[in-house]
Amino acid sequence: MERPLTQNIQQGLPPMNLKEFQKAGGYAGVVKALKELTPGEVTNLVKASNLLGRGGAGFPTGTKWSLVPMDEKSGPKYLVCNADEMEPGTFKDRYLLEGNPHQLIAGMIIAAYAIQSQTAFIFLRWAYKKAEAELRKAIAEAYDAGLLGKNILGTGFDLEMIVHSSAGRYICGEETALLNSLEGKRATPRTKPPFPAISGLFGRPTVVNNVETLCWLSHIVENGTDWFKSLSLTETGGTKLFGVSGKVKNPGLWELPLGTTVREILEEHAGGMSDGYRFRGLLPGGASTDFLIEKHLDVKMDFHTVAEAGSRMGTGTMIIMDDKTCPVAFLHNIERFFALESCGFCTPCREGLPWVVKVLEAIESGKGRMEHLDILRFQTKYMAPGNTFCAHAPGAVEPLQSGLNYFYDDFVSHINQQKCPWKS
Amino acid sequence: MLSEEEKKEILKETTQYPYPSAACIDALKIVQHYRGWISDDAVKEIALILNMSNEEVDGVATFYSRIYRKPVGRNVILLCDGVSCMIMGYESILEHISKKLDISFGQTTPDNRYTLLPISCLGDCDHAPAMMINNDHYNKLTMDRVDEILEKYK
Repeated sequence: MERPLTQNIQQGLPPMNLKEFQKAGGYAGVVKALKELTPGEVTNLVKASNLLGRGGAGFPTGTKWSLVPMDEKSGPKYLVCNADEMEPGTFKDRYLLEGNPHQLIAGMIIAAYAIQSQTAFIFLRWAYKKAEAELRKAIAEAYDAGLLGKNILGTGFDLEMIVHSSAGRYICGEETALLNSLEGKRATPRTKPPFPAISGLFGRPTVVNNVETLCWLSHIVENGTDWFKSLSLTETGGTKLFGVSGKVKNPGLWELPLGTTVREILEEHAGGMSDGYRFRGLLPGGASTDFLIEKHLDVKMDFHTVAEAGSRMGTGTMIIMDDKTCPVAFLHNIERFFALESCGFCTPCREGLPWVVKVLEAIESGKGRMEHLDILRFQTKYMAPGNTFCAHAPGAVEPLQSGLNYFYDDFVSHINQQKCPWKS
Repeated sequence: MLSEEEKKEILKETTQYPYPSAACIDALKIVQHYRGWISDDAVKEIALILNMSNEEVDGVATFYSRIYRKPVGRNVILLCDGVSCMIMGYESILEHISKKLDISFGQTTPDNRYTLLPISCLGDCDHAPAMMINNDHYNKLTMDRVDEILEKYK
């Protein structure tokens, strides 16, 4: 089975330097794109591959690029790599950044060429210190080798690449909030439209792509769309980094075909539940995705199948909830995170999430009443898509709405017993 | 007063952007690097350099969780309180650190050696529980291991 994204990463070893990466065939996609293809041909190729964004939303990458006005010659355009991985339970971009920074740089050169951007930013999470060091080293190597800077590979294409280490806050992962943060402002999301492709960073056309998405580009340019599609078990192409955390025998991260079942990931790769623990449910793609339970174990992990099962594939890194973890405490932890990380700009999110946290706190600490469940249900609707300025609050209440459904009896037993049954 | 070095570094950052205020977060990080935190005076000086109002700079400084507007100890312990770390038992690690150092989240030891803060998911969920001390990352925490790690930071 091919594992293009992780084939050159060896856990525990430092990443390949430029020479090693070139020897392994890296940057071949860059040479091909810049020397043999026009920017429009690169965009069309990525469009034809139907590469769906790997940051969580699954938006078609080529379509995003094609919104950038290409006839406009005056003024800069920007490419931004969203490396602000902070979704609870998610640790996939860290692996790619620390393990093979040159693969990301190669992808970014191709993306920048396609949209004819001459400045690319990597918006990196503050906490990713090792990734930052490896990236800076790799970027310096690329400059020295003429892969970045002026007149790359003698083609006349220029590209500057800048690493911006952030200052914290989950909301920076929302692409318009990220742009405000890059402009030195508070990371409050912007209204859309205009979309960043038209008016983004500093008011200029901007494309924001996730790390894992960008890492695909050199492979797709080099090997073509048929190859990319053949890697997957479903109609959308490629492999995906899938991760598992929680009480399993072998927590970790694996590159597997899109469409691999939840069961295979959980039982074969993660080794099944740890001894003495029973499976109760999982969040398939980070804290802002709806629960899946036992009956969903044969669901294929791809964007539309997980959506049909009532959740989202999100980042593809699963959080497993076992029988010794209290579902109310689990949700309380998640909602407290989202309440803290709300930017505070719009009312439903700023006021609603702390309200949810207080209610969950009351239930967990033995002060729950049955009407609290109505408040929680009301809040999941109040913060549904369309009622808030960005996707933060709707994402926050996804695990809550499905948790209320699947673990209703556990909520009721907290209220009936006036204590948390998981606490002795 | 900001040092010449701090001012120079801030001005260098401004050259990456179309206008100076875009370097606000970089400027805050530079000053914090030298001083550990951002005082009211630092806010005013940064505002002056970047042609912003004091309130604008303070609005940015107070928004970001890794910019400190209050003094912190010589070493900042950032314990992940994310959901995967909760499943894997960060709460008992927190209890252990709190007892050992006699501080809770948000507090600094009287000798100014440690400040203890929560941090959102550190992206190391398959090796939970995880924490950072200053810029160093640690995972698979146990109480014994935490004792050992803490000793390294004077």
